[in-house]
Amino acid sequence: MPDDKRYFGESLPYLSLSGLKGKLIAIEGPDGVGRSTHIEALQEWLEVQGYGVMTTGWTRSALMSKTIEIAKQGNILDAWSYSLLYATDFADRLEHQIIPALRSGFVVLADRYIYTALARNVVRGCDRQWIRQVFGFAVVPDLVYYLRIDVETLALRVIESKGMNYWESGMDMRLGADLYDSFKKYQGMVIEEFDRMAEEFAFQVVDARRPPEEIQEALRARILPILRDRGRRRVERPKLAEKAATPPDVAGSAGAT
Amino acid sequence: MSVKPGGPHPYPGKLILVEGIDGSGKSTQLSLLRKWLESQDYNIFYTEWNSSELVKETTRRGKKTKVLTPLTFSLLHATDFANRLYHQILPPLKAGMIVLADRYMYTAFARDAVRGMSPTWLRNLYSFAVKPDLAFYFRVPIEVSVSRLLSGTRAELKYYEAGMDLNLSTNLVDSFKIFQSRALAEYDKLVDEFNLTVIDATQEIDEQQAQVREIVSEVLASYKPKRGTHARRQALFWRKFALPEPERP
Repeated sequence: MPDDKRYFGESLPYLSLSGLKGKLIAIEGPDGVGRSTHIEALQEWLEVQGYGVMTTGWTRSALMSKTIEIAKQGNILDAWSYSLLYATDFADRLEHQIIPALRSGFVVLADRYIYTALARNVVRGCDRQWIRQVFGFAVVPDLVYYLRIDVETLALRVIESKGMNYWESGMDMRLGADLYDSFKKYQGMVIEEFDRMAEEFAFQVVDARRPPEEIQEALRARILPILRDRGRRRVERPKLAEKAATPPDVAGSAGAT
Repeated sequence: MSVKPGGPHPYPGKLILVEGIDGSGKSTQLSLLRKWLESQDYNIFYTEWNSSELVKETTRRGKKTKVLTPLTFSLLHATDFANRLYHQILPPLKAGMIVLADRYMYTAFARDAVRGMSPTWLRNLYSFAVKPDLAFYFRVPIEVSVSRLLSGTRAELKYYEAGMDLNLSTNLVDSFKIFQSRALAEYDKLVDEFNLTVIDATQEIDEQQAQVREIVSEVLASYKPKRGTHARRQALFWRKFALPEPERP
């Protein structure tokens, strides 16, 4: 029997979560920490094993992606509109991508989940309680990874790769004189919010300063127990075929560090 | 961002709004009120539901392609409202103007509740809004609003306004009646909770307007109008130096 998914807050009366066979795995962490690289690798690894994988990422909804793009260019976002634009994008993806995929038994890998919104919105001055209640319609993931990094290492890494951009440096908040100062202040505040949530939402914390292979290894190790607990058994799974001795998949998410 | 959620606003301006189901005649009443206030030299700022540049186009597209669910419908309208509150409603209130709003958060409380969204969630969603100084609710029976809409100025019912997304009926008019009746019931609940001022919208237009103006006068009794001072200041400036005012183009 597949376990029933649940909403964070009040249920949507028109959208039942019963019988969602798939697994929802979210990967969180600040901008530039390497989430998408690891998601790609996880997808590859899971698909080789025969699992159906669907990935979903921030601002990728059909309804909102263009709107958000325009809004960012226009630089006309106040804290409330900012929060609600992203909430709408997330809602559209939840209802049109994530839940249908879970219903069909896919493993959904989410590049960022509501926690990114919670962190950024609080940093921009929204009330913690308010934004948590707004996102009450979100489905609780089976597993949330938090790729944790300190802001100094993060800054170096971002400069070396794609460079710092306006929004990821929180330039809209006038936190510092230049991109670098602003980036460090802004991402520092975001990281602080993530750290605060790590306990509140039982994140699986992964040290993102380690070499990529080690991180990927750690991610894979924690997905296995969750997939093992799925209702249907795989026909053939070399090395993983041993009996699932762990109790139903609460253990998977609670067996954290 | 320092405004207390849902609390009375501390600004010198006044916020007056109208609510009611489609076809209640609220927009007509608001435009008559605007005419009257402007004729008295008040500075007026007018804003209406679902009109922000930021999301108007998205909502239109979402409605057209029918991809909006009760949740995204609700969130999009809240985004629009947040954007207008910040960019359109708060600045004129701070500047001491009279803001006239065609629909406010009560529309969301009524409509979105009919679509099944939780009243508690909705109230939290809009808790950043400021409390109006005066909120009219134009109450009208469903038959009257339907006949007004079908015979009158618009002569068509829209998909979401008729609640067609809820599969209440395959017939547009029937669906509209069911949906708006439920909205009507929700509005009635809001009257007490938010102290809305009820106007009997089955009366003649001028009768309603007379009542509206009387109530508005009471609310404005304590209001110190900031008159349109720009032109006057200029005139005073030139008079001070005993010079003739420059020719206006």
